[in-house]
Amino acid sequence: MAEFVMPQLGADMSAGKLLQWRKNVGDRVERGDIIADVETDKADIEVEVFSTGTIEKFLIQPGEKVPVGTVMALIHEVGEPTSAVPAPSRELAPAPAPTPAVAVLPLRREPPPSTAEVTRLHISPVARKLAADLGIDPASVSGTGPGGRVTLEDVQRAAQAQAAKPSVPAPELDRATRMRQAIGAAMARSKREIPHYYLSTTIEMSRAIAWLAQENLKRSVEDRLVYGVLLLKAVAMALREFPELNGLWIDGKAMKKPEIHVGVAISLRGGGLVAPALQNTDRQSLDELMKRFRDLVQRARAGSLRSSELSDPTITVTSLGEQGVEAVFGVIYPPQVALIGFGKIVERPWASEGQITVRPVLTATLSGDHRVSDGHRGGLFLAAVERRLQEPSQL
Amino acid sequence: MTKDEIRSGILRALMQVAPEADLSRIKPNLRLRDQLDIDSMDLLNFVIGVHNEFKIDIPEADYPQLATLDGFIDYVAKAQGQKQG
Repeated sequence: MAEFVMPQLGADMSAGKLLQWRKNVGDRVERGDIIADVETDKADIEVEVFSTGTIEKFLIQPGEKVPVGTVMALIHEVGEPTSAVPAPSRELAPAPAPTPAVAVLPLRREPPPSTAEVTRLHISPVARKLAADLGIDPASVSGTGPGGRVTLEDVQRAAQAQAAKPSVPAPELDRATRMRQAIGAAMARSKREIPHYYLSTTIEMSRAIAWLAQENLKRSVEDRLVYGVLLLKAVAMALREFPELNGLWIDGKAMKKPEIHVGVAISLRGGGLVAPALQNTDRQSLDELMKRFRDLVQRARAGSLRSSELSDPTITVTSLGEQGVEAVFGVIYPPQVALIGFGKIVERPWASEGQITVRPVLTATLSGDHRVSDGHRGGLFLAAVERRLQEPSQL
Repeated sequence: MTKDEIRSGILRALMQVAPEADLSRIKPNLRLRDQLDIDSMDLLNFVIGVHNEFKIDIPEADYPQLATLDGFIDYVAKAQGQKQG
């Protein structure tokens, strides 16, 4: 019997609310079918199933909010013996068995204990700080260190256990507030856990812009490309040469991913952002990429993204050029290990072969995870992106 | 087609890309991108919407003429005139 669980759709999700089931008990489902709509702090998501079979039982009803990893339905898989396997009751379903991708850390729920309270405890300074950051009362944590000392690992374990508990009913916050909280929690975790390094390079864009203008002259308005698509493809192709940047950091280990699914940061109307994946970015033609990019932006803003689009990204690209920003030094979205930023195309004096001319230039940046890569490889990667953009017809 | 009809058609297309916008507050002579939170993808979708609404071709080189609502209306009126003439 396959379990359909509340998926983790990014580091900033710890729970989701079932809005509706799209199927009924007894319906046949295939891997990839959308079977539920789930509300997260950031958006309403169409959730796909990853098994093929028949829906045996729903364990969660529309309107219920459950932690990530909670079993929501049971699916009798194709080829499975029909003998009844005792279905786990909701009580038996171990609430969150979080997906391996991310250990979910809770939002701050309680005020940190007073200093006086903490200093009486046998706890390491770093563990004390983490407990304060996470809103964990150190007095409630069982210490496993020498003499019962509370260690960093003890606090992390307590945080995960707290995240696993069904949340105490609290006044319902509006989505904008919940989204900011979720993003804030994920970014705080990123800055706490990931040793970031930052690089930037200036890319001369004359050739890319001229090529794009010529290309768009030949196209009907529906088929035109935006320059952002060239940037995405250049990044994806450069990643083939630097696979260590295209992956995840899970359970203390780097995992390179064979597919390149670039997550694209998309700002939402009314604030906030999501970064769904353009799957197999490196293998799409510019036309296909543009079509999918347009569709993704429209669906992100209309609130109809699919769960796999939020769980698949292997790296994120963000561009703030249209907001007038010249360089973006982003925060890596865990468990990813790199983030690429693009700024605005601006005209600048450009010296080449002893001549100074005015050229359009773009600042590309890399935020990298030092546990996985270093500035040397990161610099070579940015050079590879630059090289790709000098040959736009090859993208 | 009158300028009011053109204006209505343009606002319909704009509503598709920025449904949250209060179109009654748009100042016709100020840049749309300064008044609405729209990016190049929105702009492309807006141009596609106008193209579909009025069945006119809008080359990329003409985008600078479409910066304001007034600019858009004048551009469409001219293109309509050329189509009929």
